[in-house]
Amino acid sequence: MKINSPLDAYKYLPGTNCGRCGEDTCMAFASHLIDRSKSGEDCLPMVEEDKYAKKLEELEKLLAPEIKEVTIGTGEKSVTIGGDDVLFRHKLTFFNKTAYAYDVTDTMDDKELEERINTIQTFKKFYVGEFLTLDMVAVRCVSGKPETFAETVKKVIGLTELPLVLCSFDPAVLKAALEVASDKKPLMYAANQENWKEVAGLAKEYEVPVTLFAPNDLDLLKSMAKTFAEMGIEDLVLDPGTFPTGRELKTTFENFLKIRRAGIDGDGEIAYPIMAVPLTAWMAYDDDVSASYWETVVASVLTVKYGDIMIMHSIEPYALLPEMHLRDTIYTDPRKPVTVDPGVWEVGSPTADSPIIVTTNFALTYYTVESDIASNKIDCYIVVADTEGIGVEAAVAGGQLTADKIKKTLENAKFDLKEKTNYNTVILPGLSARLQGDVEDKVGSRVLIGPADSGRLPGWLEKNWPPQNK
Amino acid sequence: MSDKLKLSDLNSILKDLDVESLEGVTIEGDIELDIQGGGGMNPAMAYALGHEAAQISLHVANIARMLGYPVDQLFAQCLGAGGETAALQAEPAIEELMQTKFDVARSSEWNTPIQEVTLGATSADGGSRGHTITLGGEKAMPFYFDAEMPNRNYVTMDVFDMPISMAKSVKSNYEDVMGDPAEWAKKVVNEYNADMVTIHLISTDPLINDTPAKEAAKVVEDVLQAVDVPIVIGGSGNPQKDPEVLEKAAEVAEGERALLASASLNLDYERVAKAATDYGHAVLSWTQLEINAQKELNRKLMKQCNVPRDSIVMDPTTAALGYGLDYAYSNMERIRLSALMGDDELNFPMSSGTTNAWGARESWMKESPLKEDSDWGPREYRGPIWEIVTGLSLALAGNDMFMMMHPTSVQVLKEITQTLYGNIEAKTPDITNWITAEV
Repeated sequence: MKINSPLDAYKYLPGTNCGRCGEDTCMAFASHLIDRSKSGEDCLPMVEEDKYAKKLEELEKLLAPEIKEVTIGTGEKSVTIGGDDVLFRHKLTFFNKTAYAYDVTDTMDDKELEERINTIQTFKKFYVGEFLTLDMVAVRCVSGKPETFAETVKKVIGLTELPLVLCSFDPAVLKAALEVASDKKPLMYAANQENWKEVAGLAKEYEVPVTLFAPNDLDLLKSMAKTFAEMGIEDLVLDPGTFPTGRELKTTFENFLKIRRAGIDGDGEIAYPIMAVPLTAWMAYDDDVSASYWETVVASVLTVKYGDIMIMHSIEPYALLPEMHLRDTIYTDPRKPVTVDPGVWEVGSPTADSPIIVTTNFALTYYTVESDIASNKIDCYIVVADTEGIGVEAAVAGGQLTADKIKKTLENAKFDLKEKTNYNTVILPGLSARLQGDVEDKVGSRVLIGPADSGRLPGWLEKNWPPQNK
Repeated sequence: MSDKLKLSDLNSILKDLDVESLEGVTIEGDIELDIQGGGGMNPAMAYALGHEAAQISLHVANIARMLGYPVDQLFAQCLGAGGETAALQAEPAIEELMQTKFDVARSSEWNTPIQEVTLGATSADGGSRGHTITLGGEKAMPFYFDAEMPNRNYVTMDVFDMPISMAKSVKSNYEDVMGDPAEWAKKVVNEYNADMVTIHLISTDPLINDTPAKEAAKVVEDVLQAVDVPIVIGGSGNPQKDPEVLEKAAEVAEGERALLASASLNLDYERVAKAATDYGHAVLSWTQLEINAQKELNRKLMKQCNVPRDSIVMDPTTAALGYGLDYAYSNMERIRLSALMGDDELNFPMSSGTTNAWGARESWMKESPLKEDSDWGPREYRGPIWEIVTGLSLALAGNDMFMMMHPTSVQVLKEITQTLYGNIEAKTPDITNWITAEV
C-alpha cells in the first residue's frame, strides 16, 4: 500500500457521506481502506458513476498490497497467497495464510494415491469456532513421462477439488498435464534457468500461475521475475530454494528475509509470494520420524518468516497439527480482541441442576472450554471472570483470577447460586485449585476442583456431578 | 492537435525519408504512440512491437545525429553499452533474460545492541562453574543478515525439588531421578546436553509441602555440587513465599551468578532484587504478555532497586502453541524491535518458559476430546514437537534462553537454532532436482 493515513485515501472519495458503504462518513470508510477491512469497490458511487472512475482506479493502485496476490485453483477451494503490506504482524496483520500443499507422485499406485489424497483433503482439527484444514496437493513427476504424469494429474483431479501444484522441470511434462488440468488453474512448478522460455510460453498459452525456481541465486530469481513480468506474466511465485540443513539452511532463511524486505520496501520486481519446499528435509534424513520432525521445523521457520506457500511430504498428525496451529498463530489478526465479555453464560439449556463452571475471559480459554462442553452436549453455566484476557494458570499466578473476581462476576450477572441452582456449588479449573478455600469463604458456595484440562470435563462430570449431598 | 499513429505507420513514414539529405525538417504537433495490450501482450506481438520500436529509434537517432546531437554518447549512457549495438539490445526481450541485480538495504533503524548478561561464575570470578554463558548482545532481529549474532541461544532444563505430575512422554525420561534433584540435574547435563539447569523449589509452596526456605536452599547447594553449569533458581510461584525462598537460595549460591526466577509486579520484587544484588546474581523480570508492564518492572528494578543493567533478563511469558502463542510471539517481537531501536527499558535478553507447551492438550492427551477431529496420532511424537515449535517460533521473535523439559525437544531446538545461528556444518543435499527425489 502506497499510502498509510485515512486522509490520503479520503482525498479520492466522493466526500458526500452517503452511507451506502455502511459507514457514516467517507472518513470512516477511508480508515477502513487503510486497515484493509474494506476495499475501493465497496464505495458504490465510485463504482457506478463514471465521473469517479479515474479516481477509483488511482485509489486502487495506491491501496494495492506491496506483495502481489496470486490465486491458485478455482471455486470454493481456491487459495490466494501473498498480499502482505508489513514485515511484522503486529504492525497490521499478515494476509492470506501460508498455503500448505502435500505431495503425491506419478509413480504411486492408485491405492496409495487415493489414500494420501483422502488424508490431505479430510484432515481437520477444531479450533476456536472453526476447523483448521489443509489446502493443496502437489503432484510430482517422478516418472519423467508426460503421459504418465498427465494420467496421474487426471486421477488427482477426479479425487479432489483442492488446488494443485504441478511439479516438473520438463516443459513437455508440464504441457501434458496442463492439457488435462489448465481449467483448474493449477500452479506450475517450475521455470528455472534452463527451461524458462518454454515454461513462459506455457504460462501464456494456458493462463496459469507459475513458480520461478532459482536456488540461492536472487539475481537470477529477480531477472526471471522481471522478464516474465515484461512478457505479461504476473501471476508469479518465487522459490529461492529450500536447503534443508547446515549453513545453506541459514542462507535459505536469509533469502526469504531479503526477498520479502525488498518487496515491502517497494522493489516491485520481486514483490511476489514466496514458496518454500520443506519436503527437501526428506533428502537429508533417512528415518521417517527424524525427517518428518525436521520438515516440520523447517516449515515452522519459513511459516513465521515469510513463506506464502509450501510443499511438504509428511501427513502424520504429529507434523500436521503443529504446522496448522503455527500458521494460525502467525496469521491470526492481532487486532481482534483477546477477550470475551465477562458474565455468566449458558451452554445448551441449563437448569437448576446443571453444573456451574468457572473460567477466564481469555478468548482462547473460553472457546476451548465452551467447545469441549458443547461438543459433548452438556448443558451448563459458564462463569467467565474478568481476568483481563489472561488464561487460568497465569491469572492465578498473577492475581487476575481471585475469589473476589469470581464473586463479582456472579453479582454483576445477578446470578444468585442459592436461588438459581439446586446445589450451590461451583466448579473451579484444576489449575486454580489453590483458590478453593478462598472461594468457599467469599462466594459462600461449595467448591469442586475440576480437571486441569477442560477436555476432561465430560468424564469428570460423569463421576462428580451431581455432587453427592446437597 | 494530436496525430495518432500506429508504430508501423510511423516507421514506414520515417523509412521513406532520406535522412542523408535531410534539411530543415520540422516535426509538428504531438506524436502519440498508442501501444495496445500492455501487460497482456503475447511474446510474438511484443517481439514485433519491440522490433518496430527499435527501427524507429534508429531512424530518429539518425535524424538527431544529422542535427549534430551526440546520439552515440547518449545511448552509451542510457544503455550502458557501445553505441552501435545499443539500440538493438532492446529487441530480444524474450530471447534472453533481462539481467538485473537483487539488492536490499540493511536495516538502519536497529542502532542499539541488546544488553549482554553473563550467567555463571568460574573460579576466576569467585564461583565454581565450569564455564559461563552470555545472553544477548544482538544488533538485529535473530539470525538476520543485518548484523552478526554474537551469542547463540541456550537451553536450561527443568529440575524439580519433588516428584511432580507431568506428561507421560516427559516423565518416562525422569522416573529414575525424580525425588533426587542432584541426580536429576546430572542427568539433564550429562545425558541431555542441557546448557544450564533450572532448579524449581516448588515444594516450598505453603499449599504443597511448605518446605522451609532454609531447607530448600540445601537443594540448591546439592545441585551446585552435582553439576558445574550455570543455574537458574526458581521459587514455587507463591508470591508470599517466593521472596524468602529466593533470598535464602541466593545466599547459599553466593558468587555463582545464578539467575533468580523471578521478580514480578505481584510480589515483593524489591526483596528479590536485593537478594540478587547482595549475592551477585542476576534477576529474571517476569511479566504477563504486557509490554508496558515489562517496561514498568524493568524500570523499577533499575531505578528503585539499583539492579545493574547487566543483571536483568526478561520473561515476558510464553503461551503454548494454540493457546495464545500469537500474543506471546508478537509481544516478544515488539519488545525486541523496540529494544533494537533504542528503548533502554526493554533492552535485555529474554527467557521463555517453553515447558508451558506441555500444558497444551495436543502435547499430552491420548486423543482428541472432540469427536469431530481427525485422529491426532501417537502422543509420544506430538508432545516433543509441540515444545519445539513453541520455542522455535519465539526464537524467531528474539528469545535468547529456553526453559525446557523433553530431551528430544531440547536436542532439536538446539539443532535448528544453532543452524540458523550458523554453527552447524552439514553437507546439505543438492536440491536442483528435488522434484524427482525419492522420499
